[in-house]
Amino acid sequence: MGLDFTVIPKYLDVVLLGCLWTIAITVAAALVSFFGGILLAVVALYAPAVIRLPFRAFEFVFMGTPLLLQLFLIYFGLVQIGIDLPAFVAGVIGLGLHFAVYNSELIQTAILAVDRGQMEAARTLGLSRTQALRKVVVPQAVRAVIPPIGNNMIALLKDSALVSVIGVSELTLSAQRAIGATYRPFEFYLLAAAFYYVINLGMEWVQRRIERRIAISR
Amino acid sequence: MTESNDFVQIRHAQKSFGTLEVLKDISLNVARGQIVAIIGPSGSGKSTLLRAINDLDALTGGEVWLDGVQVNKKLPHRQYEKHINEMRQQIGMVFQHFNLFPHMTARENVTMAPKMLKGLTAEEADALAEEQLDKVGMLERIDYYPSQLSGGQKQRVAIARALAMKPKLMLFDEATSALDPELVGEVNQVMKKLAEEHMTMIIVTHEMDFAASVCDRVLFMDQGVVVEEGPPEQVFGNPQKDRTRAFLRKELDETE
Repeated sequence: MGLDFTVIPKYLDVVLLGCLWTIAITVAAALVSFFGGILLAVVALYAPAVIRLPFRAFEFVFMGTPLLLQLFLIYFGLVQIGIDLPAFVAGVIGLGLHFAVYNSELIQTAILAVDRGQMEAARTLGLSRTQALRKVVVPQAVRAVIPPIGNNMIALLKDSALVSVIGVSELTLSAQRAIGATYRPFEFYLLAAAFYYVINLGMEWVQRRIERRIAISR
Repeated sequence: MTESNDFVQIRHAQKSFGTLEVLKDISLNVARGQIVAIIGPSGSGKSTLLRAINDLDALTGGEVWLDGVQVNKKLPHRQYEKHINEMRQQIGMVFQHFNLFPHMTARENVTMAPKMLKGLTAEEADALAEEQLDKVGMLERIDYYPSQLSGGQKQRVAIARALAMKPKLMLFDEATSALDPELVGEVNQVMKKLAEEHMTMIIVTHEMDFAASVCDRVLFMDQGVVVEEGPPEQVFGNPQKDRTRAFLRKELDETE
C-alpha cells in the first residue's frame, strides 16, 4: 500500500497543536535549564560544602541516569509522596533540570575563564564578591558559552519527545494519535520529523540573533 | 610635618609569599593632594605595595591608613568584608590592562557601581556618567562598548569609572604600560588634569618623564625596600644611591 499523504490534512490540526506543546515545553524547559544552570554553576564554584555537596549529589543523579527514568520518577514516583504534578510541569522540570546540569558544566568553565582582572576591578569599586559575580563575572561567562548552550537547547528540543511517555500531547504523541486513527505511521512520523526540523531552524535563527547581539559586548 | 601629611599612611608594610619577602618593612606617608610616583625594576614590589593599599593583595604585616581610618583593620570576616568594601569605595584604582567590563557600555561601566552602592537613580547616574566621561574627553563615546574603543580610550573610561565613586585617593598601576606609544599622551593628560585638581594620587609607573613633570615625590623601590625617595629633581637629577643611578641609567638607555 504505498505512501498516501492525502490523509494528513484531516489530522493536521492535531499535529499542529502538538507542535505548539513541543514549543511550549521546550521554551519553558530551556528557561529552567538556563537559569538553573547558572545557579548550579555558582553553587558548585562558590557555595559552602553544606550546600554544595547535596547539589553535587543531585547533579550526579541527573547526569548519570537516563532522562526517561527521571521523567518517570518525577511524574509517577513523586505522586507516592504526595506531589502530584501535571504532566506538562513534570516534563518541564525533568527536561529543565537535566539540561541545567549540562549547562552548569559549561558555565562553570566559563566563569573560571573570565579574566581575574574583572573581579579585581569590581571589588576595587567596592562591590562585594557576590555583587561582582552577579554583575560582572557571570554575565560575561554566560555570553561566552551562548553557542554551546544553544547546542544543548537543540538537544533539549529533540529530547522533549520523551515527555510523550508521561502523556504530554506534544508533537510525537500527537503524531502517534493520528497514526492510531489512520494506521499511517510513515506519513505522520515523517510529518512530525519535518516539524521538528522547522522548530530546530527557528531555534538556530534565534540563537544566531542572540549571538550577533552580544558579539559587540564581549 | 603638617597634620595632613598623614592622609595616607603605610606603616611597616611587610609581605611575604612563603620565604620570599616581597615587601620589607615599608613606611610611607602621603599628604592630601600629594602625588607620589613609585618607580623601580619589575619585581621590586611596587605593584604589590600599591595593591596593598586597597587590600587587593593583603599585607602579612603592617598597617595602611586612609584619612584616619585603618584600611586593613583586623575584624571578623563578615565585618571586614563590609569594612573593606566601604574603604574601597574611597580608593579608586586604575589597572595596566584597563579591566573595563566588556559587556557594558562606557556609560554602564561608569554608573554600575554608583547605582549599586550609592543608590543613584537612573537620571543621577546618567548625569554622573556624562560628567565623568566629559572630564576624560570620552563623552562622545558614552554608549560605545570597550571592544569599540582604542587602548587609550579604554583607559580614560576606566579612569572615569574610578572617579565616579568620588574617591579620596587614586591608585594607578602602570596605567600606560600596555598602551601603544602614541596613545600614552592622552592618558597622561587626564592624569595631569587630576593633578591640577589636587587629587591625591599614588602612581606606579615606568615613565620617568611623566613622574618628573607631575609628581611631588618619587620613590625608588628595589627588592622590596624603598631605596631612595625625594622630590623628582633630586631623585632624577641627583640620585644619592648607586642602585638608583644604575636603574635610571638603564631606563634612559631603553627609551633612547
